[in-house]
Amino acid sequence: MSATDTKPEVLVRLPDHLVRLFPGAERRVWLRGANVDEMLHALDARWPGMRDRLCDTTPAVRRHINIFVGGRRAGLATPLAQGMDVFVLTAISGG
Amino acid sequence: MAKKVLVLVGTKKGAFIAESDSARMSWEVRGPFCETWPLNHVVGDPRTGAIHAAGGNEWFGPAVWKSTDLGESWTHSSEGLAYEAGAPPVKAAWSLAHGNDALYVGVEPAGLFRSTDGGESFTHLPGLQDHPSRPDWHPGGAGLILHSLVLNPRDNAGIWVGISAAGVFHSADGGETWEPRNRGTRADYMPEGQNYPEFGQCVHCLVMAPNRPDRLYQQNHCGMYRSDDGGRSWSSIEAGLPSSFGFPAAVHPRDDDMLYLIPLNGDTAGRFMPDAQAAVWRTTDGGRSWEKRTDGLPQKGAYFNVLRQAMATDVLEPAGVYFGTNSGALYASADEGGRWTCIAAHLPLITSVETLVVEA
Repeated sequence: MSATDTKPEVLVRLPDHLVRLFPGAERRVWLRGANVDEMLHALDARWPGMRDRLCDTTPAVRRHINIFVGGRRAGLATPLAQGMDVFVLTAISGG
Repeated sequence: MAKKVLVLVGTKKGAFIAESDSARMSWEVRGPFCETWPLNHVVGDPRTGAIHAAGGNEWFGPAVWKSTDLGESWTHSSEGLAYEAGAPPVKAAWSLAHGNDALYVGVEPAGLFRSTDGGESFTHLPGLQDHPSRPDWHPGGAGLILHSLVLNPRDNAGIWVGISAAGVFHSADGGETWEPRNRGTRADYMPEGQNYPEFGQCVHCLVMAPNRPDRLYQQNHCGMYRSDDGGRSWSSIEAGLPSSFGFPAAVHPRDDDMLYLIPLNGDTAGRFMPDAQAAVWRTTDGGRSWEKRTDGLPQKGAYFNVLRQAMATDVLEPAGVYFGTNSGALYASADEGGRWTCIAAHLPLITSVETLVVEA
């Protein structure tokens, strides 16, 4: 078993208009990571470029992106636990 | 060989392409492309036929989109299109230019990137961030944007940029170092006696004459100018225009003395067409005199404006001229700006207009 395999695995739900930008991407995906940052790197390994759509170089989750972990709004350092639900949502924005 | 012209339209909600044969009498409009992302500039590379689109989405950040099949399919990338960690993040890509050896991208906050793989990945050219005047740059109304990107077709290391509101800068070494080139352009918004600073001018649009890389034209917030020495000095050419304020400028594809402008009614008067009557102003003598063209344009109730990247010419004979409005109308002239026709009336807010002529 590799070190990665020992990290928590979480069920991540992605917004439709993010998934549409990456042909073959799926709305629901199981990913491993000790925290949100690691989870987003795992997401990027699956679909290269997707992390840049969700994070900027502050580094931080983009202003109009919300990531909820266990029902609470999370940042990159938010820890993950095995089996948690993670929701990636877009804020109300636009015109 | 028969040719067709594509008018590449960037809008607040995606890219559109208007297409016609070389007669340019009948148009078909396709789109929206790029997942309706807000786009600031859509350009075509006449050498490869590739189309690139620069934009930034409030949710997902900056990206450059790419189509190699004239808009049928698109991909996007922002690989490398970022400042180092901790710096203010790149908010949007604003301007594109296809050079002899690379694709250049201007972004907000102002900076320049280069791609040598056709827009798949990007490398930051940090010279603008490192410029000694950088801490004193202030954003214009649209942000601290690098909106004008002019490449010397005879020298791959020669680059001019227009930044709001830092002014015009030139690099002779491919973007490593830069010098301000604003001598002779006004900054009316500065205190009396400080109206001709070394930098800090509000350049709105910078374009190059087709056969003379040293001849530049500049629509500024405060005046209209021509330079015949690569921007080292600028002379006012606004006499005869209804206003010194406007956004876009477009050069003729072959005639260094022919230029098109769309002056507005002033920066504090609504920024509409003067007297609500639409007009394109044309010079055939490098700005010494101006001719007002209104044939086919609305002469009543024209409360729209035309943004800085929203006017272009094509390379056909006679040259076509095009502009798009912030109210979503796209106008075309197939006779060098003489007569105008509305070829799309209800697009989203138009941010940019460029052309690409390809084999039919």
